[in-house]
Amino acid sequence: MISIAIEKKLKAYHGQQVLRIDKQFITGSITKIYGPSGSGKTTFLKLIAGLINPEKGTIIADGVTWFDTAAKVNLVTQKRNVGFVFQQYALFPNMTVRQHLEYATTDAQWIKRLLLLGKLETLQTHKPEYLSGGQQQRLAILRAMTTKPKLLLMDEPFSALDPKMKTELIAELKIILQELGTTTLIVSHNPYELDGWVDDEMVFE
Amino acid sequence: MDLSPIWLTLKLAGITTALLLFIGVPFAWWLSRGTSFFKIIIEAIITMPLVLPPSVLGFYLLLAFSPQHGLGKWLHDSFDVQFVFSFQGLILASVIYSMPFMVGPVKSALQQLPAALSEASYTLGKTPWQTFKSVLLPNIKPSLLTAIVLTFAHTLGEFGVVLMIGGNIPGVTRVASIAVYDSVEKMDYAAANNYSLILFSITFVLVIAVFVFNRYRAKSPLG
Repeated sequence: MISIAIEKKLKAYHGQQVLRIDKQFITGSITKIYGPSGSGKTTFLKLIAGLINPEKGTIIADGVTWFDTAAKVNLVTQKRNVGFVFQQYALFPNMTVRQHLEYATTDAQWIKRLLLLGKLETLQTHKPEYLSGGQQQRLAILRAMTTKPKLLLMDEPFSALDPKMKTELIAELKIILQELGTTTLIVSHNPYELDGWVDDEMVFE
Repeated sequence: MDLSPIWLTLKLAGITTALLLFIGVPFAWWLSRGTSFFKIIIEAIITMPLVLPPSVLGFYLLLAFSPQHGLGKWLHDSFDVQFVFSFQGLILASVIYSMPFMVGPVKSALQQLPAALSEASYTLGKTPWQTFKSVLLPNIKPSLLTAIVLTFAHTLGEFGVVLMIGGNIPGVTRVASIAVYDSVEKMDYAAANNYSLILFSITFVLVIAVFVFNRYRAKSPLG
């Protein structure tokens, strides 16, 4: 179980607004987060990952306190074991497909399985600039999986994939997520995307 | 023609550039992270050599490291190190004087990289230092090369600061720029011309090499 009760001030076009979240996510569940642009969806994922800090509140994951303003606890990102798929991919321009995966794991079997999952096994020596948008997005997903994260945070992770690739990838990804017991949060701007695949939904206004 | 000023200049520029790679690059990284007032002050101090007359910097270094008093006396008495009128003094002055040429381009390039690159690395469990080595530094290679060449070339051209702290001791502190000045003083225009032409040629080739390298990289299919 991941329990989040936080407050974070957001800079908005019409001044400042406060993002208030009080939500529990069951371990191993997949939750879709949707809402309009600027409603704080990406900020929410970054708050959980520890890339930015809330003004106050608590984040507790499987009994471990990641963040607690009252107790002055703030676990660094590196120790939270979260996978993060960035909306703009944030791939490393200097690394090949394989090097992206080897950067975080030495498990050759796991790398092989991830490459098969993303259908990138024939592109292992390519750098991001020589990959299509869909291939880059798949690599971003695979990279986020390298550490076998307990929590996977995905920001618009399937936006560049064609429908066939998306269906196949999601089906195979779900199997792996179940094996790992990974709790997954997926941000999407489309309220109808991923219907039938997720266990829970969260709406940002 | 006495080539020792040329060799001395190349040696000084090489050592200064190597030292600044080890000092300046991590320093630029530190400066690129966050914007505290303290960092602004530090950045202003290391930028001063860009706007300060070299003779002023040289004068202060001369005062600071004079073996007669203060820091210079302590270094001389405790470690038998003398920075005034010595080659190590030239290195110290050059490192300070060329610092902004290494720190500036590297810091600027690091700040232009998307923050998400570091963030992605942190989520993979990597420390800020590992991220710097494996992700940030390899992605600012052209700027790093530019900084290296600028630092080297700038050190080749030092005059005022070197003259103030090092004087004009043949084989010890008489670098090429001072040899040019010295030759002109002695009305030996042929020697001045030779030194000048060698300095000009080395610097020009270096700058051309950077332009060619950066243009090649931009078009390289190897990425």
